Amino acid sequence: MTPEEKAAYYESRKGRNKAIGLGLAGVCVLFFLVTIVKLGVI
Amino acid sequence: MEDLAIRLTGQGAAAPAAARPVDLSTWRDYVDLLKPRVMMLVVFTGIAGMVAAPGALTGAIHPIIAFSAILALTFGAGAAGAINMWFDRDIDGIMTRTATRPIPAGRVAPDAGLTFSIFMAAASVFVMGMAVNWFAAGLLAFAIWFYAVFYTMWLKRRTPQNIVIGGAAGAFPPLIGWAAVTGDVSLLPALLFAIIFLWTPPHFWALALVAKTDYGAAGVPMLPNVAGKAATRRQILGYTIVLAIVSVLPWFLGYTGAIYGIAASVLGGLYCISSLEIFTRKTASAAWRGFGYSIFYLFALFGALIVDKAGLPL
Repeated sequence: MTPEEKAAYYESRKGRNKAIGLGLAGVCVLFFLVTIVKLGVI
Repeated sequence: MEDLAIRLTGQGAAAPAAARPVDLSTWRDYVDLLKPRVMMLVVFTGIAGMVAAPGALTGAIHPIIAFSAILALTFGAGAAGAINMWFDRDIDGIMTRTATRPIPAGRVAPDAGLTFSIFMAAASVFVMGMAVNWFAAGLLAFAIWFYAVFYTMWLKRRTPQNIVIGGAAGAFPPLIGWAAVTGDVSLLPALLFAIIFLWTPPHFWALALVAKTDYGAAGVPMLPNVAGKAATRRQILGYTIVLAIVSVLPWFLGYTGAIYGIAASVLGGLYCISSLEIFTRKTASAAWRGFGYSIFYLFALFGALIVDKAGLPL
């Protein structure tokens, strides 16, 4: 892999990792909200 | 490591082990895999089904639960679309309209695409079940199976009636939206299901009239390739007339108010005129206009339903 290819690979991996992180965080928030709704807190 | 291919080829299984491609896919490629434009239609008709359900706007469903339902429906539909893209990667690469999709274009590896879509499908059904209710989750699971397995893997390449039967998959969102609120289904969501079911064939056949060569090259037995353009135009007109009649039934049976009734009558009439133009003019431009109008028709019809049910001022 050339340095340019390596940089492109790391860049795309970083973007995917961020998206997965945000997705997981979103699911956590959603389940928290759903739980407190089901408990009748809000 | 000069033996590493820089772009994914979509032919990973056939490539030698030493030439493992480097994954340069971005999160946008995975969003594309979910067919975002189709998702918009699913979300819209799902919301319409939800709003039409009794008590939906007066506390029968908590806004957060409603949001969860729409989210699960959106990603469930996206997952079904992604499985479709994975399975159809061979023919998508042949057709001009679909050649730039992430898998045939080599931006996402087939295995990664399949893993992603199965995970999304399972997650969406799980969220629908846990957050909303298991009846809606069951409907969502069935709709995903119907589209991804029954339509994509079995019907699509076998029969020119593929889009007629397969159209049922796209008709599920209002049913699921309703079920998310009530936990059951009744006649009104069944009519909304019927409207999308009847809308799908003339919508896709108008496109197939224009993309006949593309579908022919890919070996997909769309109606124009099998029965000819004249028969397809006849079928478009027939389905449109039936659709226009069925679309006013919710009003006729007293499930909706005048706003929906008038909108359904006018929009249905215009759709009939558009299909009549396809039938009489026999031109590609008429088919394109019919295809474009069909998209507007569905958004406008379900938009009118939302306005009617929400009691919004015009």
